[in-house]
Amino acid sequence: MKPNVLVLRTAGTNCDAETDVAFQFAGANTSLVHIQNLISSKVDLSTFHILALPGGFSYGDDIAAGILLAVEMKHKLRSALEKFVADGKLIIGICNGFQVLVRTGLLPGVEISDNGNTETTQRSTLTMNTSAKFECRWVELETQQSPCVFTRGIKSHLYLPVAHAEGRFTAPSNVLEELESHNQIVFRYNRSSKYPSDNNNYPNNPNGSDADIAGICDRTGRIFGLMPHPERFLTKWNHPRWTREDLPDAGDGLAIFKNAVDYAASLLCTVS
Amino acid sequence: MSSNVNEFQILNADDDELMRISREGTLSLNLDEMHAIQAHFAKLQRNPTDVELETIAQTWSEHCVHKTFKSLILYTEDDRDTEKIDGLFPTYIQRATEEINKPWCVSVFVDNAGIIEFDDTYNLVFKVETHNHPSAIEPYGGAGTGIGGVIRDSLGTGLGAKPILNTDVFCFGLPDTPYQELPKGTLHPKRVFKGVVAGVRDYGNRMGIPTANGAILFDTRYTSNPLVFCGNVGLIPRDRCDKSVEPGDLVVAVGGRTGRDGIHGATFSSAELDDTSENLGSVVQIGNPIMEKKIVDALLQARDQNLYRSITDCGAGGFSSAVGEMGEDTGAEVNLENVPLKYEGLAPWEIWLSEAQERMVIAVPPENIEKLMQICEAEMVEATVLGNFTNSKRLQVFYEGEIVADLDMQFLHKGLPQHIKKATWTLPQHPEMSSRDEQTEDYTEDLLRLLACPNIASKEHVIRQYDHEVQGGIVVKPLVGIENDGPSDACVVTPIIGNQDAVIVSNGINPKYSDVDPYISAASAIDEALRNIVAVGGTIEKTALLDNFCWGNPDKPDRLGALVRAAKACYDIATAYGTPFISGKDSLYNEYRDTTTGEQRAIPSTLLISAISVLSDVDKVVTMDVKKPGNLIYVVGNTYAELGGSHYCSIHGYIGNNAPVVRTEEGRLTMLRLSSAIDKGFVRSCHDCSEGGIGVAAAEMAFAGGSGLSLNLNSIPTGEKIIYNDFLLFSESNSRFLVEIEIQKQADFEDHMAGVPIGCLGSVTDNPIFTVNGIDGEQVINTSIGNLKSSWQTPLHT
Repeated sequence: MKPNVLVLRTAGTNCDAETDVAFQFAGANTSLVHIQNLISSKVDLSTFHILALPGGFSYGDDIAAGILLAVEMKHKLRSALEKFVADGKLIIGICNGFQVLVRTGLLPGVEISDNGNTETTQRSTLTMNTSAKFECRWVELETQQSPCVFTRGIKSHLYLPVAHAEGRFTAPSNVLEELESHNQIVFRYNRSSKYPSDNNNYPNNPNGSDADIAGICDRTGRIFGLMPHPERFLTKWNHPRWTREDLPDAGDGLAIFKNAVDYAASLLCTVS
Repeated sequence: MSSNVNEFQILNADDDELMRISREGTLSLNLDEMHAIQAHFAKLQRNPTDVELETIAQTWSEHCVHKTFKSLILYTEDDRDTEKIDGLFPTYIQRATEEINKPWCVSVFVDNAGIIEFDDTYNLVFKVETHNHPSAIEPYGGAGTGIGGVIRDSLGTGLGAKPILNTDVFCFGLPDTPYQELPKGTLHPKRVFKGVVAGVRDYGNRMGIPTANGAILFDTRYTSNPLVFCGNVGLIPRDRCDKSVEPGDLVVAVGGRTGRDGIHGATFSSAELDDTSENLGSVVQIGNPIMEKKIVDALLQARDQNLYRSITDCGAGGFSSAVGEMGEDTGAEVNLENVPLKYEGLAPWEIWLSEAQERMVIAVPPENIEKLMQICEAEMVEATVLGNFTNSKRLQVFYEGEIVADLDMQFLHKGLPQHIKKATWTLPQHPEMSSRDEQTEDYTEDLLRLLACPNIASKEHVIRQYDHEVQGGIVVKPLVGIENDGPSDACVVTPIIGNQDAVIVSNGINPKYSDVDPYISAASAIDEALRNIVAVGGTIEKTALLDNFCWGNPDKPDRLGALVRAAKACYDIATAYGTPFISGKDSLYNEYRDTTTGEQRAIPSTLLISAISVLSDVDKVVTMDVKKPGNLIYVVGNTYAELGGSHYCSIHGYIGNNAPVVRTEEGRLTMLRLSSAIDKGFVRSCHDCSEGGIGVAAAEMAFAGGSGLSLNLNSIPTGEKIIYNDFLLFSESNSRFLVEIEIQKQADFEDHMAGVPIGCLGSVTDNPIFTVNGIDGEQVINTSIGNLKSSWQTPLHT
C-alpha cells in the first residue's frame, strides 16, 4: 500500500507543487491541502502518514519567517499534530517549512523542564543571513551520522540549492551541544578549502549558520527540517552543471523523499 | 446627479479652457480628443460627469490604446518624398505576424498576452510590460507592481495561465554618477538600481515564480527616466485559451481592496516627467504579492472547474478599463458602492479609476457564483459581485442608486480620433574612430576594460537575489559553468518536472546602436534575441517575439522618425527570419524636462525584443562554458568592420558610424544550420557574439569553463577585407557565434555547416591562459582567465 502524504499549504506557500511531485516520484499518494481544510476538519490529518511543510513565504513571512503559520499550527491544530507525532509518523519541513518547525518547537524537539514536564517551545531560530540578503545558490552538504529516517543510507555528500533570506540557524550553546550529543544534526554545509574559514565558509555556508548547520532532526529522527530544497533536484537536468558532467538520472534530492516513503510503507501503512 | 459627482463644464469651453481641464485633471487628452468629447456630449446636450470624462481619458490614454502606434504618420527621411504610414502597428508589426502566418500562433495581439502552442496539453502565454514612470519616482513600489502587473496579464489571458517564469530587463543611469550632476528631482541611479532590484526580488520571490532571464544596461540618459521591463510566461491548458462574455454574467471583482493608490497611472505614464514629478506619490501603486498568490491559487481552481467565462486584470485605469474592455461588445452595469474599500472617503471616480493592485475582474454565470465564492473563501480571497454584463452596449456606472456614468461603448472604444503626426529622420554623422593597431600591439587592456563595462560585467550580485530555482523546472540557469557563474545566453525551463518539453526565453536590446540608426538597433535586437535562443539549442523556426518600445516624446518629429525606423526594421527582419510578433507594448514620453532651465532630455531609443521558443528534447541543450581542453573553437558567421555603436568605440570615447547591419539571408542560414548541428550533438558549447564581439565572447566562454584558450585571428571568416586586429576582435557584427567542437566531431561539424562561413579559431587549453595571435601571427592578447574573470566580476559586485 502506498503511504499518504499531506503537503500543507496556505497563503504564500509556493513550493507545494514540486514537493507534491517529489513525493509522487518517490511512490506516495499525495494531497495538497490548505490549512483551512485541516482547521475546519474537512480533512483529517490522521489519515496521512507523512506531513510535508513546503517552502515559500507563508503569510508573507510577516513579523519573521514562518511565525504566523507556526502560531496557527500550535493553536489550531495542536491535538491533531501531537497525535500525529505520537503515532510515530513523519514530518518534513523544507525552507519555510523548516522555519515553521523551528518556531513551533517541534525542532529540535521537546525540552525536559525543571519540574519534569516536557514542553514544545522554540529553542533555536532561523534568522537573517549574514549577507543580509536573499540568496539563491547551490551548496554542498555533508551528511552527518544521525537517527534521521529521511537520510538513511544516503550519500555522504549532496548538492542542493538554497533560496532564502532567513536561513541562518542559531541557538544557545547548550542547545547546540545537545544537538551534537544526540546526533540531531543531519546536514552541514560542507567545509571546503575553497572557502576561507575567516569568512565563515561563505558562500558554501550561504547564511552564516552556527556550526554550518543546514538541517536537523528531532531525537526520534522522524521530524526533519532543512533549508536546502531537495525537491528542486529530482532529475539530473536540475543540476547546474548537467551539460558538462556525467550524472545519474536521479537527482540527489529524490533519495530523501524515497526514504520517507519506504519507511512509511514498511512501518506505518500496516498499522493504520 | 449625485452630490458625490461633479460635472466638467466642457460644452461651452473654448480651446484654452478645454486644455486647462485636460492638464489640471492629469487627463493627458489633446485638443483633438477634447473636441471629439465635446462634440459627443453636445449631441447628448449635457456635460460629462467626472466619472465619464476620467473613464474616457483612461481608455484613450497612450498607455491603454497605443494611439501613437495607430496614428497616421507623415514620414520624411533625409530629403526624400514624404511617406504616409497608416499606423505603425498594423503596417509593420501586425502585418509581419500575418504574413509569417505560423500555425502554432494561438492568439496574437488580442488578449492580455500572446499565446503559442507548447505540447499536446498546454500552450504558453508571454507578455512583457514596462513600469518606467512609477519606478523613476518610487523604485521599490514601481518595480514590484510592475512585475505584479505582468503576472496578472498572464493570469488574465484566455481563462488564466499559471505563471511559470519571470524575465526582467532594466536600464539605469551610470552607478557612479556624481551627486552634483543629478538633474533636479531625480533619484540617484544607485538608489533606483537597488530599489528596483529589491522590488522585483520581493514580489517575484514571494509569488514563487523563478526569475530566470534578464539584462541590466546603463547609460547616462536613463538617469531621470529609468526603464523597467517586466515579463512573465504562463502555462495554460489548450482548451482554456478562449474567453467570451454573455449578457447576464455577473461582474465579479476578486482580490485586494480598492484605495486611493495609483490614481491616474495610465494618464501619468503618458506624459513627460519633470522636476515636480516626485510629488506625484499617489500615482504609484502599493504591491502585496501574497494577495496576488492567493488570487492565482483561487482562480486557477475556478478555471479548472469552468466557473467563469472571461477574465481580465485591473491594470491601468482600474475597473474603468477592465469592465469597459470586457463589456465592449455587450454592455455593463456596475454599482460602485459594492466595491470593497481599504478606507472610507473615496469619490466615485476614484473608486472607478483606482489602480490599487492585485485585483482581477471575472464574468461569472449566475449559477456558478456560489461555487466561486466557496473557492475564494477557502483561499482567503475576497470576491465581490459589482454588477452584471448587459446587452445595452452601454457602460453604466451607479453609486448609491444614482447613475454617475452612462457611456456609449462604441464612442468609448471607437470614438478616439486618429492622430496625424509628423516624423523626420536624418542619418547622423559621428566622428569616426580609426584602428588603434598603429598605437598599440596589445589588446589585453582593452579586453579587460570591455569586460568591466557595466553593460557587460557580471550581474551575479543581482541574479542571486532572485529565486530562479522555485517550481523545480529550470534546466539552464542564468549563471552556468564550472563554478556556476558564467553568463548564460538564455534560460531553459521544463514546466512539467521530469518531462523533456522545454521553453526557452531570451532577450535582445542594443540602445547604443540607436545613436547611429534606430533601424540597425531594432534589427540587431531581433538578431541578438534569436542568437540567444539558438545558442542554447533552440531554433528560429519555433520562436516568437515580443516588442517593447521605450521612446522619447513621439509628438516630436525626430523621436517619431526614430520610431518609424525601428518599426520598419521589425517588419523587415521578423519576416525574413520567419519569427512572428505575438504581443508587445510601448512606453513613450520617456523624457525629462527641467522646469527651471527648460532643458529637455530623451532616453536613447530603446527596443527590447524578448524571444520565446519551444524545445521538445531538453537533452539537446548546450551551454556557453567551454567543456574540455583539446576541443576546438570555431567562429560561425562572417565578421565585418562594424564598430559603430560598439562598446569598443564607447570605451575610447567614440560612437562611430558603421553599426552592425543584419544580413538576414546570411543570418538565417547560419542560425538554421547551427541549430541543426547542435541538435545532432556536434557542439559541446556555444556562445553568441554580441557586446564586445569575438574578444568578449571568447573570454566569457573560457573563464566560465575554467579553461584557457589559444586563438588566432587570421582564421576568422570575414565578409569584407579587414586588416586590423582590433576590428576583428571587437566588431559587433550580427549573426555570429563561437562554438566548441570535439576533434572527433570536427569533420561532421564542418560538413554540416557547408555554405556557412566558419573558421577554426583555436583550441581549449590545459593551462588557464587566454592568448590571441593577430593577423600576422604576433601575440595581441595574453592574460590569465582568472584576470579576465575578476575584471568581469568586480564592477557591479556591491
